[in-house]
Amino acid sequence: MEFELSKPQKLLQQSARDLFARECKTTRVRELMATDTAFHPELWEAVADQGWLGIHLPEACGGLELGAVELAVVAEEMGRVCFPGPFLGTVWAATALAEANPKSKQLDALTTGAAKGAVALLEPDTGWCPSEVRLRAEPDGGGFKLTGRKSFVLDAGVADVIVCAVRTPDGLALVTVPGEAGGLTKTATQPLDATRKISELQFDAVKVGADDVVAVGPEAERALAQSMRYGTLMAAADMLGGMQWILEASVEYAKTRQQFGKTIGTFQSVQHMCADMLLWTESSRSSVYFAAWALGADPADAPRAVSLAKAYVSDASREVANRGVQVHGGIGFTWEHDLQLYYKRSKASEVLFGDARDHRARLAELAFDSATAGA
Amino acid sequence: MDLGLTEGELKFRDELRAWLKTNLPPMSERPEKTADSYNEYQTFLKSWQRKLYDGGYAGINWPKDFGGRGASFIEQAIFQEEMALADAPERMGTIGQGLVGPTIISVGTEEQKKRFLPGILSGAEVWCQGFSEPNAGSDVASLETKGIREGDEFVVNGQKIWTSYAHIADWCMLLVRTDPNAPKHKGITCLLVDMKSEGISVRPLRMMSGDSGFNEMFFSNLRVPVANVLGKVNEGWHTAITALSNERANLGTGLYVVFKRTLEAVVDHARKIQRNGKPAIEDPVLRERLAQAYVDLEVFRLNTTRSLSMLNKTGAPGPEGSIQKLYWSELNQRNAQIALEVLGPRALSAEFDAGRWAYNYLRSRGNTIEAGTSEIQRNIIAQRVLGLPRSY
Ligand SMILES: Cc1cc2nc3c(=O)[nH]c(=O)nc-3n(C[C@H](O)[C@H](O)[C@H](O)COP(=O)(O)OP(=O)(O)OC[C@H]3O[C@@H](n4cnc5c(N)ncnc54)[C@H](O)[C@@H]3O)c2cc1C
Repeated sequence: MEFELSKPQKLLQQSARDLFARECKTTRVRELMATDTAFHPELWEAVADQGWLGIHLPEACGGLELGAVELAVVAEEMGRVCFPGPFLGTVWAATALAEANPKSKQLDALTTGAAKGAVALLEPDTGWCPSEVRLRAEPDGGGFKLTGRKSFVLDAGVADVIVCAVRTPDGLALVTVPGEAGGLTKTATQPLDATRKISELQFDAVKVGADDVVAVGPEAERALAQSMRYGTLMAAADMLGGMQWILEASVEYAKTRQQFGKTIGTFQSVQHMCADMLLWTESSRSSVYFAAWALGADPADAPRAVSLAKAYVSDASREVANRGVQVHGGIGFTWEHDLQLYYKRSKASEVLFGDARDHRARLAELAFDSATAGA
Repeated sequence: MDLGLTEGELKFRDELRAWLKTNLPPMSERPEKTADSYNEYQTFLKSWQRKLYDGGYAGINWPKDFGGRGASFIEQAIFQEEMALADAPERMGTIGQGLVGPTIISVGTEEQKKRFLPGILSGAEVWCQGFSEPNAGSDVASLETKGIREGDEFVVNGQKIWTSYAHIADWCMLLVRTDPNAPKHKGITCLLVDMKSEGISVRPLRMMSGDSGFNEMFFSNLRVPVANVLGKVNEGWHTAITALSNERANLGTGLYVVFKRTLEAVVDHARKIQRNGKPAIEDPVLRERLAQAYVDLEVFRLNTTRSLSMLNKTGAPGPEGSIQKLYWSELNQRNAQIALEVLGPRALSAEFDAGRWAYNYLRSRGNTIEAGTSEIQRNIIAQRVLGLPRSY
């Protein structure tokens, strides 16, 4: 057993860290936050060139055929720099397509970065559970006609391919809709975390051809659920990277800031805040990489491992961000200080794919109920 | 002990209720409190304060001669509760009413009382508090802004930071160092500064929540008449402690109204928002969280009332004010978090419900820093209330 990154995984980590240190400074992140899309063509290309948009997907789907651990490594590094733009949405969409149908025609464009993607799951009054999806898909020729609304859709604003979860007479279905489809109206919603944009989507009889129906019924449910596990892992790894940054910035500040003629790191309350931040960050690391490993190596246990990570990290990340601001005092509460970028991104990632409460509820079923059910 | 009201107190309450019935601004006329509506919101609070003043309900326990009601802290406590029950707007001018006024009452000259107290109570004059500097935050006594005496004036040079309301304030309660050779607590003087004076420039700073609620202030040869010294020259630390004790003890009393309405709004959302096909309020976990928020808030109300009743005997707040400050700041952060849990995915939006929940969450983060950090409050409680030894 080895609970550490392998040599190639460490190399990947280093190259991601180097690339982002060069190309994704917070000055650039702030510029992109102020745009409608947070999309930067060169930054996007740099990531696409590395193959990271399909890092965990089979080669047959245009991927690098590395694993979920490598995906987590990249996502962690992105969290460390508040990587802006539609990476999460695109990888989620590509994963959903690859899971449902490895021959999906849009996969190539998504994994090479030629197209950006999004998954439309949430609706105005639903949560993260796909069984709540209501958007109506009426049979129409060999395909469907979509009518309804999707909310808080991550990265939909720039997406060329939107994978939509819809309700057909035969159950849940995954269909693809082009970003510029007729009858589709996108409205940007101002996000809490401006590094990743969200939109409201209105579907007025949007036509989906037979070709664009990716999966229907249990197959759609399975593919969506599995893609969400990858998405959840990415959100958790992203939080981990952010926590690491906040921890380092806070410890550094505690070692330099002077009050009462001493560095504030002399005060035990400041020391304890920093120590708690380390505890939460390292425990998050254990749970994130356990989930990543399980996704590849132990599929039967992956749902539990992923929910475990999201339940733990969602709370831990928020508390690290809170302590980070506290250690910094007034300066940490300003717009000028980069802490606020991490603070808001952490909060959004906490919510994405369900918060700690959602995942604890799922864990309780998996850990306590399934044993008695004999599953 | 008797938590019931005396006849006189009941009469006060009933008159206030009647007054509120005719004077309370309807909800539809009140601006939302968000990052974008800062100015509109402040203007609204100002007009509400004027109404209270004209109705005789500003400064319940302040002296009658200076525009107050001359009643006791008990009436003040009743007033707070009634304002909350009636869903009245929050109190305007936290700094003026919460800290400058009580300090002037306690150490100011008759002239100063006459000049400043009515303006604070009527809302005509907005105050700011120039204490913190870039290198003097928690350790505010090490401040470096200089005040040098020249005849009947102090000439002030230096810089303040994090000054809330400085961009809209008419007056500033300013701490400056007037004796650089004395030990740090012994060379400070507190000045009342007209913000229209020459030699002050204000640069707004943006908060994490997006609004510019605080500022940097720069002084270059600002001249302040000696008559505007609050307390004694070189004894400004005593004035500052009076102000800070009042700030800690008072900030919270005005906030109960806000917290209560916020929790009610969250509960209202929880009734409408669906969780797994049922209203969120029926979700056992959220229900428990909301009940906890309710308990915390009620205990806050009781703590406030009890400390006002104690103030009625002692007259001036002591270091126990730190308990109040600690309590309300952490309560507000917890409840802001619970609100976002109720909202579920809507928490991803900075627009939902006009952005008030995102704003509320982000703004609450400053609560454990402003008016003295939680660490400093705990130090004060440990050292000055419990008598534990100092470690720094
Ligand atoms: C929203 C907001 C509004 C404000 N409004 C005003 C205003 O109107 N007027 C004004 O004068 N100031 C104002 N302030 C400033 C506020 O009072 C200071 O930010 C605060 O006192 C902390 O000082 P600092 O920011 O320099 O942090 P620091 O003092 O540098 O503190 C950094 C960290 O060290 C910790 N620390 C420092 N000393 C100790 C110790 N001895 N023991 C344990 N821990 C310690 C702190 O708790 C904190 O966690 C405001 C601040 C905020 C955030």
